[in-house]
Amino acid sequence: MKKSVSSVLKENTMIIVLLVVFLFFTWRTGGTMFSPTSFNSLITQNAYVYILASGMLMCMLTGGNIDLSCGSVVCLVGAIGAFFMKIAGLNAGVSVILMLLIGIVYGIVLGYLIAYMNIPPWIATLAGYLAFRGLGTAILSANSTTGSINIGSEQGFLKVFSGKMFTTKNNVLNVPCITVGIIAAILVVLLNIISRATKLKKGYEADSAQSVLIKSVIEAAVILLVGYKLAMAGGIPTVLIWVAAVLLIYHFITDKTTIGRHFYVVGGNREAARLSGVNTRRIMFLAYLNMAVITVVTTWVVLARSQAANATAGTNYEMDAISACVVGGVSAYGGSGRIFGMVVGATLIGVINLGMSLMNIDANFQKVVKGVVLLGAVAFDIISKRRGK
Amino acid sequence: MAKILLEMKNITKTFPGVKALDNVNLQVEEGEIHALVGENGAGKSTLMNVLSGIYPYGTYEGDIVYNGEVCKFNTIKDSESRGIVIIHQELALVPEMSIGENMYLGNERGRKAAIDWDTTYAEADKYLKMVGLTESSKVLVKEIGTGKQQLVEIAKALAKNAKLLILDEPTSSLNEEDSRALLDLMLGFKKQGMTMIIISHKLNEVAYVSDKITVVRDGSTIETLDCHGSEPISEDRIIKGMVGREITNRFPKRENVAVGEINMEVDHWTVHHPLYPERKVVDDVSMYVRKGEVVGIYGLMGAGRTELAMSIFGQSYGTLTAGTLKIDGKEVRLRKTPTDAIKHKIAYVTEDRKGNGLVLSQSIKVNTSLANLDSIASRTVIDKDREYQVAEEYRDKLNIKTPTVEQLVGNLSGGNQQKVLLAKWMFAEPDILILDEPTRGIDVGAKYEIYCIINDLAAAGKSVIMISSELPEVLAMSDRIYIMNASKIVGEMKASEATQENIMAAILKSGRGD
Repeated sequence: MKKSVSSVLKENTMIIVLLVVFLFFTWRTGGTMFSPTSFNSLITQNAYVYILASGMLMCMLTGGNIDLSCGSVVCLVGAIGAFFMKIAGLNAGVSVILMLLIGIVYGIVLGYLIAYMNIPPWIATLAGYLAFRGLGTAILSANSTTGSINIGSEQGFLKVFSGKMFTTKNNVLNVPCITVGIIAAILVVLLNIISRATKLKKGYEADSAQSVLIKSVIEAAVILLVGYKLAMAGGIPTVLIWVAAVLLIYHFITDKTTIGRHFYVVGGNREAARLSGVNTRRIMFLAYLNMAVITVVTTWVVLARSQAANATAGTNYEMDAISACVVGGVSAYGGSGRIFGMVVGATLIGVINLGMSLMNIDANFQKVVKGVVLLGAVAFDIISKRRGK
Repeated sequence: MAKILLEMKNITKTFPGVKALDNVNLQVEEGEIHALVGENGAGKSTLMNVLSGIYPYGTYEGDIVYNGEVCKFNTIKDSESRGIVIIHQELALVPEMSIGENMYLGNERGRKAAIDWDTTYAEADKYLKMVGLTESSKVLVKEIGTGKQQLVEIAKALAKNAKLLILDEPTSSLNEEDSRALLDLMLGFKKQGMTMIIISHKLNEVAYVSDKITVVRDGSTIETLDCHGSEPISEDRIIKGMVGREITNRFPKRENVAVGEINMEVDHWTVHHPLYPERKVVDDVSMYVRKGEVVGIYGLMGAGRTELAMSIFGQSYGTLTAGTLKIDGKEVRLRKTPTDAIKHKIAYVTEDRKGNGLVLSQSIKVNTSLANLDSIASRTVIDKDREYQVAEEYRDKLNIKTPTVEQLVGNLSGGNQQKVLLAKWMFAEPDILILDEPTRGIDVGAKYEIYCIINDLAAAGKSVIMISSELPEVLAMSDRIYIMNASKIVGEMKASEATQENIMAAILKSGRGD
């Protein structure tokens, strides 16, 4: 299949926008944007967005449904987790599992309300949005005079969810990190080649060798660049492992599995899906159960990064996750959107945040820019697609 | 000779890559009913969209001469201000609003910002009377039936001072009685001097109302037939123009296949309405289908045919209160889910392909594999290459016209969409197929292909139940026919004994229900 240059550009609009924005900030910050520290910050600061947006994407696929409660759940479960570890004196591992169980219980209740009692998702989760932050704050103020519980002494917990692996000094090449980067790059290239080879072997239509080559080179270059930058910034951020695992799992689910396909068709036409034998209620249930679990994973990394549970934890996280999905091309009506798109969207927002901070732009004005970017990105995407028709 | 009201000259409209209209010419005389016929995708709707300003002046080539003037419409408002009003196939009424509110939507009566509701309702009532509706204009649209809603659409058009009324498939969702009433209304308007253009697939209706028939094929006008000429225009004559060749037979010949054992049987099947439990939508129905047999269920719209089919299909509609279902002689109790029905090798091919049949935003490939996704997946991981291969296989088998199976189903014509829907259910490998209005809204050529598929299915030993409200189709395609009226089966006959007359007689004899 031969694709014209313009159609390739059209399909990858957001990547090009990301590239331009990145170059713009690199220029405006005199190269600071391109420094190893910036790469490290991009990942550690935005880890929660990548993870949370993976769950949000699943909800949005089912028909533009969202979860407004996840930010407040991060606050509540974080407070409970910190309470378990510091006040109740439980072992960190046990606390982590208890946090997960609380998330699962919430997910089951929420999923039941939405899927089997037909309560509109945004109303069901709006209730959680209001209630859980209140509850979380109440737990914190009842157990601490400062309104926050410090978990800085839980070394085991912090090590699993934050910090760096095989730490070295900055600006010294971290060998384990670059090795992982090289292996990842080789794997990606190999996968591309194998996929094409099996297609050809079975006699199916495959992309031309040229386009596979170009794709592989670009992908490997990006991975190597990130790997090199992180290696110069002291090593692999532990949270990157969590992010990568979540992204790979959800990419696999949405792209390759029957259950993932069911999410798309339920969002595309729920009645048609039902009459084709898809258990649509179960899909809705799973979407919100999954979202609750993902929210707990987010809580772990957020709690470990801030080393404390406090009342403002998770504020606006739901909006960040929704923005990442929407900018990344996930349909607000459901039925379409990919993990890769979401990653590009989340990265774009992250780059803009970081870039503006590096430029010392006023925080209030930053919000204005983010709002404009959100709308602009979606409008741009819609217009470029319309031209394509 | 009457005055020419509208003349469209050498209209050419191109979309990127496609020439939708190629030098089309259309002449409509004042006070006539002019029919526009052609296969799906022939360009009828595009032509009407050019006329009504949906495609503004400058996006097409050629001239529109209306009332002796060259018109340059930029929006639909421009054409409406000149009295050209189009009524689209899909009803565009807001169910939660009153008839009056709907009629003046975007055309509100009153001064400046304030709407004058008294004038609105008084004027609305006047126009409703003209179309023969006795309802008050304050009644909510959702409370009247589809037939009456169509009349409201016409009243709405009249309220815009229509001089040239364009009706796009006005009867596609109406039963025969309502259709006839609508056509008679059109003839009544003609007497009062109204000019109308009707787009329709139903050739008998076209022949009934039209003065002239223009045939469109592949974006060009082929011919204009005069219905008041020396000899009457036969349906076959129109079809010849539409498909560009003589169709000797509109229905493929049924091979005499050996009909086997009884495959599925329902007894005393009674289903109640999901929202009004006191209302029976299927009343004590008993029927069966043999292997290799095509059983037709004929009935008017609202007779309970779809309800019967969907209730058999895993109780996907209504509440079953009595009755048994036997498959191969053994009673089965399906759980209340289509999944269970599919497991028992039953397929229900819906009448509403866009509403609950296809996922329009997904590709042909995804739609084809949907009902049997597990068969091409191992441990829930989809074999995408296999999926592609399956989609290709059905594209070939059913002759789905598309450049690639990655094409979104929403971009296909009605006939091709119907084929994708059939492909989905054929891939599910059912033994019993319930086809609900399998040829609704598709053109003659595609219909013939669908008939061939049905014959092939029966020849392969499948049991086919075909629900239809087109009598000729039921008569030609079935081995045996059940006649349904007012939730009940009111007759059963072999196709060899059935005629239009005795089928209609069975319905009339059963009374109009209640």
